[in-house]
Amino acid sequence: MSDRWERIQERAGGWKHRNLLGIQELTADDISLLLDQAADFRDMTDEDLATHKPMSSVTVFNFFVENSTRTKTSFSLAARRLGANLIDFSSAGSSLSKGETLADTARVMEAYGAQLVVIRHRESGAPHVLSRFLNAQILNAGDGWHEHPTQALLDLLTIRDAKGSLKGLRVGIIGDIVHSRVARSNIDALTKVGASVVICGPPTLIPPYAESLGAEISYDFDAVLPSLDVIMMLRMQKERQESGLIPSIREYRKRFALDAVRIQRAKDDAIVLHPGPVNRGLEISGAIADSDRSVALRQVTNGIPVRMAALYTIFKSQSGGEG
Amino acid sequence: MSESVLFQGGRIIDPSQGIDAAGDLGIRDGRVEHCGGSADASKYDTVVPVSGCWVAPGFVDMHVHFREPGQEQKETIATGVRAAVAGGYSSVACMANTIPVIDQESLVRFVLERGRAAGYANVFPIGAITVGLQGKQLTEMDLLAKAGAVAFSDDGIPVWDDNIMRLALDYSKMVGKVIIDHCEAPELTKGSVMNESPMSTRLGLKGWPTSAEDIMVYRNIALCETTGAPVHIAHLSTAESVRLVRDAKERGLPVTAEVTPHHLLLDDSELWNYDSNYRMNPPLRSKEDVEACIAGLADGTIDAIASDHAPHTLEDKENELGCCANGIIGLETSVPVVFTDLVAKGKLSAERFVDASTVKPARILGLEGRGTLEVGAHGDVTVLDPGVEWKIDAEQMHSLSHNCPFNGMSVTGRARHVAVSGNVYDCTSI
Repeated sequence: MSDRWERIQERAGGWKHRNLLGIQELTADDISLLLDQAADFRDMTDEDLATHKPMSSVTVFNFFVENSTRTKTSFSLAARRLGANLIDFSSAGSSLSKGETLADTARVMEAYGAQLVVIRHRESGAPHVLSRFLNAQILNAGDGWHEHPTQALLDLLTIRDAKGSLKGLRVGIIGDIVHSRVARSNIDALTKVGASVVICGPPTLIPPYAESLGAEISYDFDAVLPSLDVIMMLRMQKERQESGLIPSIREYRKRFALDAVRIQRAKDDAIVLHPGPVNRGLEISGAIADSDRSVALRQVTNGIPVRMAALYTIFKSQSGGEG
Repeated sequence: MSESVLFQGGRIIDPSQGIDAAGDLGIRDGRVEHCGGSADASKYDTVVPVSGCWVAPGFVDMHVHFREPGQEQKETIATGVRAAVAGGYSSVACMANTIPVIDQESLVRFVLERGRAAGYANVFPIGAITVGLQGKQLTEMDLLAKAGAVAFSDDGIPVWDDNIMRLALDYSKMVGKVIIDHCEAPELTKGSVMNESPMSTRLGLKGWPTSAEDIMVYRNIALCETTGAPVHIAHLSTAESVRLVRDAKERGLPVTAEVTPHHLLLDDSELWNYDSNYRMNPPLRSKEDVEACIAGLADGTIDAIASDHAPHTLEDKENELGCCANGIIGLETSVPVVFTDLVAKGKLSAERFVDASTVKPARILGLEGRGTLEVGAHGDVTVLDPGVEWKIDAEQMHSLSHNCPFNGMSVTGRARHVAVSGNVYDCTSI
C-alpha cells in the first residue's frame, strides 16, 4: 500500500513539464508514466488518500469558458479526491465579451491565489496564451479543435486495460475529425506509444493536410473496420449538416454510423470507445453503445484517476517536497 | 529649416535615372538642384556628410493604416508620420478603412489637413472604392481624386462583387487613379485565423487557403483585361499569385503588385505558440510561398515593398489567437528587416530594393516628382547607412502601438536621414 504511494511520488519527481498543454509536448515515456500514475491512483483507497492528502491546501481553479459537464465533473472529483481546494471560476462568455483580455483574467486568478488552473476554452491555443500571463501551472481540459490531453490519456488507459498493451494495435477514429480535439490528441498519443491510427470520415470532415498528423486516412469505414482492434467513434453534431459540410445526416449515417449490421465486419475482440456525449442513433446505435464491446463507461470512470495523475504529477514536480 | 542642403559624398542610387555612383545631392527651395558628381559645398546653407551611406529617392510606403479618424488609441496621423520618418519613409499612402471610412471629399481633405499639420512625412490619402466599404456602390471617385485621393481601395476587405470591381476599374479610367484590391475570396476564409497548412491542422485553427487569394488575383487580372484599367494587388502572399502576376505582365497587362516585409521574412511555422504578433491578413504562408515572393520581388514581378503598417493596442492582441486583431506595425522595421534578410544576403540587389521602395510605388500612385532624384523633383531623400548594426526595440518606436514580431531582432542597416521637400530629419532622434 505505501509502496504504491512511494511509486507515485517517485514518478512525479522525474516529471519535466511545468504545464500540461497537450500531448504534442509529451514523449512516449511521459505518456506511459502518466498512465502508470493513473493506474496507481485508481488503486488507492479512500483511506490511503485520507492518510496522504496528496494536494491538501493546494488551490486549483476550474476555469471553464465553454460548456462542459463531464470533463468539469471529472476534474472536480479528481481535485477533491486529492484534497485540493477547488474553485469554480467558470464563465459563460469569453474575457473579451466582458471587456477584459485573457491576460486580465489570468491576473485575476493569480490575485485570488490560483496555483493550478484547469482551462477549457472554445478557442484553440487559449491555454498557451494563458500560460504567458500566469505563474500558476496550467492543465488543458480541451481547447477548441486543438487538444484534449486528459481525454486521450483516459482513452489510452481504457484501451491498455482491455488489450494489455498499446503497441501494435490498430485504432480507427471515425467521424468528424476536423473539429475534434479528441482526435488530434489521440492520434498523437497513440502513434507515440506505437499504435497505428486510421482516421475515417467524409473528406469534408477530415482536416486539410491530415496526413501530417501521422494517421492513415480513409473515407471507407466498411473497408477499414475488419482491421481495427479499437473503434473510436466521435460525436457527430447535427450542425455540420446545417453548415453544409455534409449533404445530410442520413447519408452520413449510412456510410459512417456503427450499428448492429456494420459491427459484424469487426474483429470479435474489437472494442468500441466514445468520448461522449453519445448521439444515440446517429454515429452509433443504442444497441452497440450498450453492448459488451463498448467501454464508454470505463472511459468515464478512468477519467478521474487520469486527472488525479495529471494534477498531482505536474504540481508535485514543480513544488518539490511540499504539497 | 535650411533653404538649401547638400548630402555630400554618398552613394547615389536612383533607379529612375539608372544612377548608382558616388556623388553629391543638392536640394534648394524644396527641389532637387544637383544630382551626382561633386557640388560646390560653399553654395549650401547646410552640408550633411554621408560618406558610406546610400542616398536614394525618399522612400514611399504605399500601404499604411493610421487609424485616424476613429481609432486614435491605435495610431494617429501625427504619430504615424513620425514613425514613417524614423523608419526612413518620406511619403505614405493611408488606407481608407478608418471610422468613418474615407469615402467622401471632406474626409479626404481631413486626412490631408491632418497630414499637413503634423509635418514630417507626406501623407497621401487612399479613398474607398465603395461607400462605407460595403461593396455595393462606388464612391464619388472623381471628386475624391480631385480632393487629393491618390488611389482607391477597400483594403481590409476585398471587393467581393465581381461586377462592382469591374465597374470600379472601368470608372477609374476616367478618374486616372489606380484601383488597389485586397485579394481574398471571403467565403473561403470565414472564421480563419492563419494559413491553411499542416500547421493550422496541428494547431486546430481554421485555415485561410492560398486559393482564396489566387482566385481573386486571377479575377482582378481577368477584369483588368476586360476593362483595360490598371489594377494593383495589395500585400500579395502566395506562390501562385506571383505566377499569375508574372504571366499577366508578360502579356502586357497593367497589373502591379506589392509585398510586405513579413511575407518576405516569416512563414506560418512562427504560429506554433499562438503568438498574436504573427496573426495578420493575409496570413503568414509556407516557406515555398515566402521563397516565391522573394523571387518575384527580385525579378520585378512584384513591383513594390509596402509595410501594411497595422497598429493595434495591447487589448487587441493579449487574447486568444482566434479573438485577436490582424496585423502588425511595420514602418519602423521594414527597411532594416528587408535590408538585413534580403539585401545584405544578396537575395535582393540594392538597385531593386531602392526601386521597389521608391520609383515603383511613386509611379503606381502617380506621385509626380517623387520616387526620383531628377533635377527639379521634390526634395524627398532617404539616406541609408548600410553598415550600422542595431537591435529592434518596440519600446523605442514612435508608433502608438507595439505589435511587432521583429522586436528584439538584430539587424544591419538603418535609415539615417530623411528629407521631405528639403527638410532634413535625423531618423534616430525624431
